[in-house]
Amino acid sequence: MSATGIGAPVRRKEDSRFLTGRGTYTDDINRPGQVHAFLLRSPHAHAELRRVDTTSAKAAPGVLAVFAGADMQVGGLPCGWLIHSKDGNPMAEPPHPVLAQGKVRHVGDPIAVVIAETRAQAKDAAELIVVDYQPLPAVVAGEDALKPGAPQLHEQAKGNLCYDWHLGDKQAVDAAFAKAAHVTRLDIVNNRLVANPMEPRAAIGEYDRASGEYTLYTTSQNPHVIRLLMGAFVLQLPEHKLRVVAPDVGGGFGSKIYHYAEEAIVTWAAPHVGRPIKWTAERGESFASDAQGRDHVTHAELALDKDGKFLALRVATIANLGAYLSTFSTAIPTYLYGTLLAGTYTTPAVYVEVKSAFTNTVPVDAYRGAGRPEACYVIERIVDTAARELKIDPAELRRRNFIPKDAYPYQTPVALTYDSGDYFTTLDMAMKAADYAGFAQRREAAAKRGKLRGIGIATYIEACGIAPSAVAGALGARAGLYETAELRVHPTGSVTVFTGTHSHGQGHETTFAQLVSDRLGLPLEMIDVVHGDTNKIPFGMGTYGSRSLPVGGSALVKAMDKVVNKGKKIAAHLLEAAEADIEFKDGKFSVAGTDRNVAFGQVAFAAYVPHNYPIEELEPGLDETAFYDPKNFTYPAGCHIAEIEIDRDTGDVAVVRFTAADDFGRIINPMIVEGQVHGGLAQGIGQALYENAVYSDDGQLVTGSFMDYCMPRADNLPSFDVATHATLCTHNPLGVKGCGEAGAIGAPAAIMNAVADALAPLGIGSLDMPATPERIWRAIAAKTMPQAA
Amino acid sequence: MSQHEITLTVNGRRHAARVAARLTLVDFLRDELRLTGTHAGCEHGVCGACSVLLDGRPVRSCLIFAVQAEGAAITTVEGLAPEPGALGVLQDSFCEAHGLQCGFCTPGMLIAAEALLRRTLSPSEEEIREAIGGNLCRCTGYKQIVEAIRIAAERLGGANLAPGTDHG
Repeated sequence: MSATGIGAPVRRKEDSRFLTGRGTYTDDINRPGQVHAFLLRSPHAHAELRRVDTTSAKAAPGVLAVFAGADMQVGGLPCGWLIHSKDGNPMAEPPHPVLAQGKVRHVGDPIAVVIAETRAQAKDAAELIVVDYQPLPAVVAGEDALKPGAPQLHEQAKGNLCYDWHLGDKQAVDAAFAKAAHVTRLDIVNNRLVANPMEPRAAIGEYDRASGEYTLYTTSQNPHVIRLLMGAFVLQLPEHKLRVVAPDVGGGFGSKIYHYAEEAIVTWAAPHVGRPIKWTAERGESFASDAQGRDHVTHAELALDKDGKFLALRVATIANLGAYLSTFSTAIPTYLYGTLLAGTYTTPAVYVEVKSAFTNTVPVDAYRGAGRPEACYVIERIVDTAARELKIDPAELRRRNFIPKDAYPYQTPVALTYDSGDYFTTLDMAMKAADYAGFAQRREAAAKRGKLRGIGIATYIEACGIAPSAVAGALGARAGLYETAELRVHPTGSVTVFTGTHSHGQGHETTFAQLVSDRLGLPLEMIDVVHGDTNKIPFGMGTYGSRSLPVGGSALVKAMDKVVNKGKKIAAHLLEAAEADIEFKDGKFSVAGTDRNVAFGQVAFAAYVPHNYPIEELEPGLDETAFYDPKNFTYPAGCHIAEIEIDRDTGDVAVVRFTAADDFGRIINPMIVEGQVHGGLAQGIGQALYENAVYSDDGQLVTGSFMDYCMPRADNLPSFDVATHATLCTHNPLGVKGCGEAGAIGAPAAIMNAVADALAPLGIGSLDMPATPERIWRAIAAKTMPQAA
Repeated sequence: MSQHEITLTVNGRRHAARVAARLTLVDFLRDELRLTGTHAGCEHGVCGACSVLLDGRPVRSCLIFAVQAEGAAITTVEGLAPEPGALGVLQDSFCEAHGLQCGFCTPGMLIAAEALLRRTLSPSEEEIREAIGGNLCRCTGYKQIVEAIRIAAERLGGANLAPGTDHG
């Protein structure tokens, strides 16, 4: 391992600018002549718009323009994944207008935009818009929306149903249940979350009359996807006249994947007002307009034989999609959820039904993990419940059912083929690090202090690096899922990498540079990584689903292969040797078995100053682009163990220990990987103990600020103990699997299993997330002082 | 909207300006002085991204009007480095311990940590977690931030600096 290559914990190249306040986030950009947009949003969850009168607002000081839905006749925001129901019918796909057309369907639904010289003027003028609302009954829970008589959101979605989807062999599952020795049943809720990256969304639209080119600066995880969706579907702008720039982006966690109304509004309005237009969300707008996550209600049943072997899993889920279809919303509770329900186990038969509902809430889409945390939560909660019912140690029950180490490639009953893994080793590592064996003593000691101590295990698997484009296309994806990289070698041997992935905290500028340093033998200072500008980078799909390294890194490897192959031809010419005899190592092309060599930089120079060059056979230049379409998903997996203590008097949960053992395949920068794991764990623990998006019955988001929505803070979280064990991915050139989402997938189930373990002696059954002090106190009170509950 | 004349010092440099009464300090720093290192994360004083030092004390610049900073000495993240292009001990420790990912909360974290280290160079883990307890980070899970501040305290303590010294 070189000091800057694969496996080295090198310091991040991007840190300096962030540590000195010199990052460039979208709101930091100020274009000449820039004006400001403010959106008027619905205060009602469901209402007809009888009249929207913008006359007074238009006359307000500093106002340049006001546009309502009737003024902005453009295409709707598109959905990127078509799901078919059980009966073969395509999903209901109602329009998703950029500005409300006659009706609003959630609090925060945009109605009009005011553009003024200053933000304060735009905000003041928005108060002068007169809207005549006819409020309608609202429905906020997915289950309620599907009941007969529920308020109806869209003409195109009868009964508020988007689709009724299924996966797996129902007959095989029914047959397995018929012969089961034991059946465990569980009803659980996967609580709705708000992604809340610390940087609120922002967008600047600009139009250059001389060139006819539009530029959109936006807080996006995938600028080319935004360009494609906005250009082709919403505004009908030719892509060569549309540039999308996603500069430094302050976290995304999924919520910045999607194409949002505000991006289309500032781009469309820029030529109308003849000035660049900036919009930046206030945090309250983030809560009311950023796509939210999770929100499943599930009934699950696990059939076991007399030895505790899993025979079948049956799952029925209602997923809440919110008021409109966000860009990838439809795929999350289906192909990113149902396909993961085999988990790490040999369960031979799995059947899952998912009904997705429209409700008067903010749209729901992918949030860190996206479908896979929901699947993991179902499996790991029911496995733990089964272990408790059968009085088998939960680790032992898992071991009995793990996919054996020699069974790969392993075909699950829910469509996926796992290429590699070793769940026994990560379980053992985590148990050892967590001192699982010593837990009984710690529980006893805690009891003496009046505390209820519990331990919880969760194993998980995820499918990352989505996916062969043809497979995804057959399942309804309306996009390709490859990635691109361009490697531009400069005449004196320094290198710029242009990647189609996007970094919004993951440190690609460092990790990708390490890949180049490792392969080309260059110091990191000679390598720059560029992303986020559609005028610079080749067409790429951005970053989500832990795909950047497995898919984008693989594209970069392919581009480097092309550079090295061309370099060998040039070196053969320079060294007057046969191409087949040229080796490339440590930044030098050499003739095998001799000390004759030329450095990488000399070859690059020859490529651009081709005086002594095989010009008849070879084009000058050393600049290669590669596209990589994955052959399969990658399957990171591992084991998380949580240990918690509950204060009986207050119901407060303290996470006293958290251990993770993860298999991410080959690791490029262990320091960055550790940070990714920690961040995921914090969000997973946040979901389990603190975070909850709560709507009132009439559709007001009660948790609409950081005062009400409880984000984990430094003094809420433990000091994580994390380790990795690698089994290499077998189908990508780096053997990498991805690490961005794992923490958020395993942690909720580990924490809630620990809570259940702590409360089991009191006879308390399953609790739903978040396990707040109130919820736990009430459960304890109901058992110990029934009159108080 | 009434306008007010203010004079204040930001990162050692004196500024005189005419500002609207409703203008917050964070908007003044970002929009008028173009010091965009200070970030607005929630505008209601809960996330800490906009933290700056006002006469040495950490404050939320989204909860203070620019007019209230009349006569004050403000330090923003841009004023923490010892010289352009260099990192101070605290900043360097954040880099070493991977105490930042997306970088958006980082200026506020640095300010909170700077204020702590001006108070003590031997903080316990609990004190560190308490000191940054008012600053939200969505990326790191905080462990590596805590480690960064511990490293900085150790280095600054080892350098035998008197309390109250500007650690930059």
